[in-house]
Amino acid sequence: MMLEQDNGLSLAIAQIVQRLKGSSLHSQLERQARGSLHKPEIKLESLKEDIKEFLKTSGWEKKLQNAVYSELSVFPSPCHPAAPPEHIKEPLVYMRKAQGSWEKRILKSLNSMCTELNIPLAQKRPIGEQKELLNKWNEMGTDEPDLSLFRPVYAPKDFLEVLMNLRNPNYENGDQPSFRNHLGLIQVPLKVKDIPELRDSFSELGLTTGQLGIDDSTQVPPELFENEHVRVGQIVLTEQDSAAAQQYVRQGCPTALRAELWALILNISNQPEDILYYEQLKSNVIQHDLLVDSLIYKDVKLTASNDDYYFVFEDYLYQVLLCFSRDTSVLEHFSYNSATPPKSYIRGKLGMEEYAVFYPPNGVIPFHGFSMYVAPLCFLYHEPSKLYQIFREMYVRFFFRLHSISSHPSGIVSLCLLFETLLQTHLPQLFYHLREIGAQPLRISFKWMVRAFSGYLATDQLLLLWDRILGYNSLEILAVLAAAVFAFRAVNLMEVTSLAAAEAVLADLSTLKVMPLLQIFLFATVT
Amino acid sequence: MAGKVKWVTDIEKSVLINNFEKRGWIQVAENEDWNFYWMSVQTIRNVFSVETGYRLSDDQIVNHFPNHYELTRKDLMVKNIKRYRKELEKEGSPLAERDENGKYIYLDFVPVTFMLPADYNLFVEEFRKNPSSTWIMKPCGKAQGKGIFLINKLSQIKKWSRDSKTSSFVSQSSKEAYVISLYINNPLLIGGKKFDLRLYVLVSTYRPLRCYMYKLGFCRFCTVKYTPSTSELDNMFVHLTNVAIQKHGDDYNHIHGGKWTVSNLRLYLESTRGKEVTSKLFDEIHWIIVQSLKAVAPIVKLGKYLDELMHPLEDLCIPQGCVYLLLRTTALNDLPVMNNDKHCFECYGYDIIIDDKLKPWLIEVNASPSLTSSTANDRILKYNLINDTLNIAVPNGEIPDCKWNKSPPKEVLGNYEILYDEEMAQSDGADRDLRSRSGQSIGLKGNRARDSVKHVLTTWK
Repeated sequence: MMLEQDNGLSLAIAQIVQRLKGSSLHSQLERQARGSLHKPEIKLESLKEDIKEFLKTSGWEKKLQNAVYSELSVFPSPCHPAAPPEHIKEPLVYMRKAQGSWEKRILKSLNSMCTELNIPLAQKRPIGEQKELLNKWNEMGTDEPDLSLFRPVYAPKDFLEVLMNLRNPNYENGDQPSFRNHLGLIQVPLKVKDIPELRDSFSELGLTTGQLGIDDSTQVPPELFENEHVRVGQIVLTEQDSAAAQQYVRQGCPTALRAELWALILNISNQPEDILYYEQLKSNVIQHDLLVDSLIYKDVKLTASNDDYYFVFEDYLYQVLLCFSRDTSVLEHFSYNSATPPKSYIRGKLGMEEYAVFYPPNGVIPFHGFSMYVAPLCFLYHEPSKLYQIFREMYVRFFFRLHSISSHPSGIVSLCLLFETLLQTHLPQLFYHLREIGAQPLRISFKWMVRAFSGYLATDQLLLLWDRILGYNSLEILAVLAAAVFAFRAVNLMEVTSLAAAEAVLADLSTLKVMPLLQIFLFATVT
Repeated sequence: MAGKVKWVTDIEKSVLINNFEKRGWIQVAENEDWNFYWMSVQTIRNVFSVETGYRLSDDQIVNHFPNHYELTRKDLMVKNIKRYRKELEKEGSPLAERDENGKYIYLDFVPVTFMLPADYNLFVEEFRKNPSSTWIMKPCGKAQGKGIFLINKLSQIKKWSRDSKTSSFVSQSSKEAYVISLYINNPLLIGGKKFDLRLYVLVSTYRPLRCYMYKLGFCRFCTVKYTPSTSELDNMFVHLTNVAIQKHGDDYNHIHGGKWTVSNLRLYLESTRGKEVTSKLFDEIHWIIVQSLKAVAPIVKLGKYLDELMHPLEDLCIPQGCVYLLLRTTALNDLPVMNNDKHCFECYGYDIIIDDKLKPWLIEVNASPSLTSSTANDRILKYNLINDTLNIAVPNGEIPDCKWNKSPPKEVLGNYEILYDEEMAQSDGADRDLRSRSGQSIGLKGNRARDSVKHVLTTWK
């Protein structure tokens, strides 16, 4: 046993070293080490120790720690050394197959739109248009291109239909459908946590621990919790420790510290080379026009532009999403994403691998509501390149799991199953009633979870929720919140007699307070 | 007295009428016996004018103070604030302290303003100090952004120089009078867009001053990107934030109406600028509102004298307007006094702009803030605004008795918060550190100097 663990550990170390080796942090560390040779405290006899000590006191060791922590958080732990790459993307074959066919459908839809409208997937912009776009870069929202012929490639409800039809071919459930079986829409046997396990995972949300979102309300004197929490937050920021920050935000971020804390957890430092990279992406946008650009425009116009909270930031959304589509560094995340970036071929060279490119360059085809992943971040970051990096990191750590088919505990399939199981176990009467009237709860809550509740909650509440996503490095809280919302409105829901009426009861979540709902559901409900 | 409140209005807005009806009040005509009249500003002029000799009885309430224009006309507001500052300075009040450049430290919240054509020469002098500055011309008597334009060259306002030689006793038709203010060309931008703040303030009495701030104010965004470039000076969509103007722009959206709640603003500023500067900004906003009200509530003893004089004169059945005019023309020519008629309350719409150094500027005060709703949210907000206003002004929804002390219990405030209560301030004296949490610090917090200064002010009368 010990030997296996050791092998696992050394494998992990080897992989992390491999990934960090070519990074800018590596060259900075080398430079710092070399520069330190001049210092009097560095002695030849104890060179190694002295340099290590120097790196520690100058804060560079902390930066390395943060980078390693980041790698650990993002990349899955390596399994058996003989596991093929597909296994790392998604271990279950049937899931991989389902994702593959879903992708084929999306690509087909995109290609047919392309053919119908006779617009190429990508083309170079004429110089005049390039100049115009550059001038209008900060106010693309005032542009009114004709988007009437474009339609989103898919909407969350299309995706739900696919998930509903997922079946594990190796799983034979011979029983007749009964109360003991799962009554919901998701019919695959994935392991999800029950309430005792969730209480354990989310122990910091317990009744006896202070929380922002509850214990900072006007009636509570700040000496009881808030002041101390803010003080600790400031210390965490001074120490610049990612792991400590991640632990800290489980109790919520003070509004004034949130932007920096998230950047610390996501290990974003906005170095000059990062800004340069963003400018490079911007010039790619200026030079080439992609079909997905129109999809992005349409999505922003349909969603964020009409949102009470986010309409102000419309222009930032274009600046982020257009660049995002062209960012090939995003392709790296496909090594642990069950999805595979779509390939397209230069005109006339269909099937010839030498003429294959990923389309869009970042491999991510936006769907209806995609821009809402970016919108809340605009409340925190007003500098475009930083906003961009934060969003990109959030996407490759979390958001991608919300629209790809996988067995990961934070994947949308598991979240749906977790939601349905929690509801069926703890509110069976409600679940049964809604099912009987043709209002399967998941039909209503699916869109909340796919969007991580963006656009449904008030922004300050949403940010408190996303604090916990970062703090626990998991999206499970979305499913718990969805169940908690149903529990909260259970009385009204028991009285409805149609899906439309149920939707109406749950149409407006903007007055909800997220943390009390979560706390009550997890810790104050009799199980 | 049993019976339902009888109401009249000359403003046909559903947010008003629905509120009256939900209280079970009865609609009557103007010439009948009424208890509550929600009137337009034209009507209030008639009610209190000398000619009509209207007398309000103890069970009648109206929604305007007779001379609200001391605050709500752009030129008079500036005049009153300037006068107020000078008086404080004369008395040696620490509030009127100036910095090394001669600017008031605590009372510099109105952009430099001149009346035209009266102050034309003074304006030219100031203009020449900063020839590249932009100025905004506003007609004194109009609203909703009508007749406003920007200038950056003296030639653009040549015609107001013609009358400057005439004596100041020649009365100018209020239609031609303009104010010209230094344009704030470094407004705080959010998402690259300019905005202003609309805050609602209810005044139930000026002496003692008792005012409430509505927690649900909002920001009005310009639909077009802000640019200080001179070529865009004529594009009103860039510069003016009045909804009436923005509504006709190409990008006007009917779902959110270009409006943001003040709590969104607060969240954004705290997240991007920090908590201290945000709290300081909101403290300053409360401060300038209270100071503007104090500027028109008289601060000299004569004001009190006026109140005491009113009672015996009323008993002699002399119309109030007549009394007021008499006093004004005899002894008090230069002292604008807000007639603190006990039959009145007023809900003002304050327009404030924040510059990029997070300093708030008072642009103007509206006596008749628009009750038209541009979006669904808007309708709800205005409905609730009227509802909470009526709860404070007409307690329990019963027939009013103007002899009451105008001190409503805390429970009826709804979305209002006490902004300043002179009586409470004087009796309490020491710190009333109303905590600023969800962020509505009510005008008494602030930096050390100001605290002590306010302490002085409240005990000083």
